[in-house]
Amino acid sequence: MARAVTPTRRNLTTAAAWLVGFLIFFPILWIVILSFKTEGDAIGTPWHVLTSGWTTEAYATVQSRSDYFLHFGNSVFISVGSTVLGLIIAIPAAWAMAFVPGKRTKDVLMWMLSTKMMPAAGVLVPIYLMFKNAGLLDSRVGLTVVLMLIDLPIIVWMLYTYFKEIPGEILEASRMDGATLRDEILYVLTPMAIPGIASTLLLNIILAWNEAFWTLQLTTVDAAPLTQFIASYSSPEGLFYAKLSAASTMAIAPILILGWFSQKQLVRGLTFGAVK
Amino acid sequence: MGRIILNKVTKSFGEVNVIPPLDLEINDGEFVVFVGPSGCGKSTLLRLIAGLEDVSSGMIEIDGTDATMVPPAKRRLAMVFQSYALYPHMSVRKNIAFPLRMAKLDQAEQNRRVEEAARVLNLADYLDRRPGQLSGGQRQRVAIGRAIVREPAAFLFDEPLSNLDAALRVGMRLEISELHSRLATTMIYVTHDQVEAMTMADKIVVLRAGNIEQVGSPLELYRTPRNLFVAGFIGSPKMNLLSGAEAAKHNAHTIGVRPEHITASPSEGTWKGTVGVAEHLGSDTFFHVHMEGNDEPMTVRAGGEVDMHHGDAIYLTPEQQHMHRFDANGLRMA
Repeated sequence: MARAVTPTRRNLTTAAAWLVGFLIFFPILWIVILSFKTEGDAIGTPWHVLTSGWTTEAYATVQSRSDYFLHFGNSVFISVGSTVLGLIIAIPAAWAMAFVPGKRTKDVLMWMLSTKMMPAAGVLVPIYLMFKNAGLLDSRVGLTVVLMLIDLPIIVWMLYTYFKEIPGEILEASRMDGATLRDEILYVLTPMAIPGIASTLLLNIILAWNEAFWTLQLTTVDAAPLTQFIASYSSPEGLFYAKLSAASTMAIAPILILGWFSQKQLVRGLTFGAVK
Repeated sequence: MGRIILNKVTKSFGEVNVIPPLDLEINDGEFVVFVGPSGCGKSTLLRLIAGLEDVSSGMIEIDGTDATMVPPAKRRLAMVFQSYALYPHMSVRKNIAFPLRMAKLDQAEQNRRVEEAARVLNLADYLDRRPGQLSGGQRQRVAIGRAIVREPAAFLFDEPLSNLDAALRVGMRLEISELHSRLATTMIYVTHDQVEAMTMADKIVVLRAGNIEQVGSPLELYRTPRNLFVAGFIGSPKMNLLSGAEAAKHNAHTIGVRPEHITASPSEGTWKGTVGVAEHLGSDTFFHVHMEGNDEPMTVRAGGEVDMHHGDAIYLTPEQQHMHRFDANGLRMA
């Protein structure tokens, strides 16, 4: 759509866009600033926070008190593990729904999505008890499975929308060329869906990385990911802003860097295949 | 070998009956064209033979064995799709080699066959490109290459030329015909273009609403169309059809005479009319002639030198031996 836009109007729009962007980013920026202050300075007025001296004291304390790399390792294991496991289950499922839909395929998709509308706390007690009885509490495998199940509807939905964009004739051509179902999925569908699978993978790693409810409920020490690591610095008394901010910064840094480098895939993932 | 027999094959999608019981025999080495207006079920019929759709009832026999329940991968048929359906993530070489890779042929044999196909189809310079970097005609050749390397029992073509421009289409038509005479493999070709059907086929199958209207060689269909539908569909420009008093003179409900079987004259003839549109093609001239008592204008082919224009009086004389007579049910009369 062509429209005449005056330079003033364009500058105003640009300024407004930057302002909104800054507002969204501000809490993260503030956390990073606080993490480089002493506990005393961190609770001061915003002006005081900005003008006081800078220090890495909080990081040193956090690192000496808890094992960042254990939690980091757990976070990587759980987020990557649950996503990869989810993809292994979701690729064939989405294939079936996109290319050989049945009468109830739409209903199944809606039902899967509807599970995301249920508050997680609603199933906390049964899942907790199942975990307890199965001896899965505070285990990385248990947590990986739960997060996989929780993100599965999103993974299936995303893959389904990508697969729908792949022309069915290409898959039919592979069948005519002698490909078995396995060959068809492995050599034709998956390579063609790589961009979609990549954005699904990235988005779900981020979702699983940030997942706090289940990780906090089902882990204590051994399997605790970075969410638990952050939470351990929030205490009912004493000064903890700087340490909490330092822990948060350390926890979000890896995912922020990952997100930065994969922006293109992520934007495509978030628009959910709405544009071809 | 590629002898295909359809025995009382039907296909319904839900309540909609696309193919009523249909019998057809395709002999080994034949070039068979399914032709008909869009929605006549010709593509569905091809997909049933390919195994991409399951028949609702009936039997499909390929080379003497019942293939009705055999999956497409095992029918030893190769298909060329309208959209080419190339694998966009693979090079031309890998596209052509894909069926061989699926058949687990050794690498040396795969290379030999790919090189051979590329040579035949003039693709040797493009083997390392991706389909996205090729023109429409080149893509079509890759699709054909992918079909020929595996030496199938029969080739299936689903409107393969409809995405190409007119000039390219004529060229590819010749290439496919040449390919058929060289390979002598059964080919089944679906098109809505009766010119493609006439020029390429050994045997034409004219379909309407899933029914076979007539099966025969191009000239059989041209000379003795079994009914009005075939008469109107085969031949370009279309056959002129007259009913009423003119037809009654010949003891028929409808008479048909092709534009090329009418002599036009400015001074004398059987029928009198006025020239509507005159299309001068150089080699030929087509006159659209308005006649009294006829709603549809008559089309007449005359030589390139005939000099008559819009509004001129024109006399038409049909060649009696090329007149087609049809009864009230639209069927040909002896």
